[in-house]
Amino acid sequence: MSYKFDTLSLHAGQVPDSQYGARAQPIYLTSSFVFKDAEQAASLFNMERGGHVYSRISNPTNAVFEERMAALEGGVGGIAVASGQAAMHLAITTLMGAGGHIVASRSLYGGSHNLLEYTLPRFGITTTFVDPRDIDAWKNAIRPETRLFFGETLGNPGLDVLDIPRVAALAHEHGLPLLVDSTFTTPWLLKPFDHGADLVFHSATKFLSGHGTVIGGVVVDSGAFDWSASGKFPTLAEPYHGFHDMVFTEESTVAAFLLRARREGLRDFGACLSPLSAFQILQGLETLPLRMARHIDNTRKVVAHLASLVGGAVQAVVHPDLPEHPDHELAKRLLPRGSSSVFTFNLSGGRPAGRKFIEALKVFSHLANVGDAKSLVIHPASTTHFRMSDEALVAAGIHPGTIRLSVGLEDPDDLIEDLNRGLAAAARA
Amino acid sequence: MDIKVSGQSAYVYNGGKKLDISTVDRQPVVVFIHGAQQDHSCWSLQSRWFAHHGFSVLVPDLPGHGRSAGDPLPSVEALAEWIVALLDTLGVDQATLIGHSMGSLVALEVAVRFPERVSKTVLIGSSLPMPVSQALLDAARDDEPKAAEMINTWSYSASGQIGGNTVPGLWLLGMNRRLMERQKPGVFHVDMNACNAYVRAPDSLSSIAAPLLIVAGSQDRMTSPKAAKALLGFIPGARLVSIDGSGHALMAERPDAVLDALRNFVAAA
Repeated sequence: MSYKFDTLSLHAGQVPDSQYGARAQPIYLTSSFVFKDAEQAASLFNMERGGHVYSRISNPTNAVFEERMAALEGGVGGIAVASGQAAMHLAITTLMGAGGHIVASRSLYGGSHNLLEYTLPRFGITTTFVDPRDIDAWKNAIRPETRLFFGETLGNPGLDVLDIPRVAALAHEHGLPLLVDSTFTTPWLLKPFDHGADLVFHSATKFLSGHGTVIGGVVVDSGAFDWSASGKFPTLAEPYHGFHDMVFTEESTVAAFLLRARREGLRDFGACLSPLSAFQILQGLETLPLRMARHIDNTRKVVAHLASLVGGAVQAVVHPDLPEHPDHELAKRLLPRGSSSVFTFNLSGGRPAGRKFIEALKVFSHLANVGDAKSLVIHPASTTHFRMSDEALVAAGIHPGTIRLSVGLEDPDDLIEDLNRGLAAAARA
Repeated sequence: MDIKVSGQSAYVYNGGKKLDISTVDRQPVVVFIHGAQQDHSCWSLQSRWFAHHGFSVLVPDLPGHGRSAGDPLPSVEALAEWIVALLDTLGVDQATLIGHSMGSLVALEVAVRFPERVSKTVLIGSSLPMPVSQALLDAARDDEPKAAEMINTWSYSASGQIGGNTVPGLWLLGMNRRLMERQKPGVFHVDMNACNAYVRAPDSLSSIAAPLLIVAGSQDRMTSPKAAKALLGFIPGARLVSIDGSGHALMAERPDAVLDALRNFVAAA
């Protein structure tokens, strides 16, 4: 049998270095690599041998991270990039250029929404946003120029669970791949390829690292999508003049996407990851299974506590673990280990209650990130969404008293006590 | 290139070079023959070197595999005849044949039955006979994902199961799993049967006069180093290169060592 998840999270992609036998992954903090001779140099450039030339294109430390993520996701390979945003950009620009169209879930991280709604249209790539639960909306949004379906495994902010099997099946019926942002779930909670997704990306800044010290991202290819058969992907199935007229689908039956993404995307857009950051992400990945189990365990306790206060200080708790969540049944099927340690709840008061709540907390850190080992909190109505009126917030699915938590690894009793402190302060607002 | 072999459409990769059908034989020709449930892409690195160093490279998807049409051929003998038909189609009198696993048996069969068509032969991950366990034969017939899992478990060395690919960012076990999944239903069992059923008396190998190289992985659990040595003993003048630390998937696990062995043997005068 092949090695299992917990073993792969420690070992995949890394054999002790042949020169000194270092057990930890060495950090190859070098921009470039000395060629053995002219012949080897030519072979590397012409893809006759594997190896590294220049760290914008590939690096041995980054390669371990890439291979490990491919192993954990069950894909054929990965590409490490500078951030989750860079991962999303690389995936999209490898598949399409001006004139391309994306059908995306409307329940997205704000950064992803900005890229799709405002920035990519400047380059001729447009997106239709749909209710992720409405399969007919996905279908009706498809146009002849559509090249990609995109959603998050758990949507923002309501933790809509993407019905990957259903959405992927529809995409495949139309010769389209499904890309998912798997940042919130990590492969420990959900392996999107097992359910039909074709490409996955992560902000590695979050749970994969777990320590909140680096910005990084990764794209992983399942290798299952047949780009040639689809007929919609000339970037992969027709000669690329920018790389010796290579036809990527002929070079590699299952890794054509990765070939183009590295040989063009990293080469030309250049959003490479620092090897130092790759090392730090690898340090985090080693304990991913342990941390995720604790995140989920702590979250269950916090969610249960807040849910017990609904009708009092708490107006509502939004988490797929709860039977009233619209995707409760789907979450049980796709996410049997648990859904997420990032979730929202609404205070019974409005914006002033939100401010008082945040200011009273001592353990939860008030900042704009998720997936840290430490517990985090943000009040969207007074930070990320402060310009919006109460009415506009509600239209966006956010209550003026909505609080987003990212439950960390602290003792759950301390977290609950901290939340109680905040709730008491909110009640006085 | 897409051509017709015996009236049926076949895809032949040319190592990343444009090859004109009418001028294939202007350079020495090297044919790479893939193994069971595979396609041309298992030869990507090695074939690219030859294509860019003065050789005409033919890397077919065998019938029914990859992009080639038709049903998979039921025996090594039939596959050998198909390789000769491929050479005929392209007007190639003589070629170096390089085969892996099932493909090595095909190369061996051509070398024995059509010696005038073969300038050199390389058998990678080979044994004679090439018995396939009943469990794998049954899985290939009844449960292809299970058969693929068995192949992946047995085809890679202990370190290959962990990774550390020389090609940055690619996870070999995942690559092989997906490549096997890409083949049409039914191909797996036909290929496994072809390996298992192939019979050739060792005595008949003594007639092979063209130079022959065997490349064996020191940790190969599908075609063991011991089997490679036995095969060496059947073929007068044959040479053996052992690749340290590699399992059966030699071109993936030790691509540079395989390329070096091929270069030293094929490209040498």
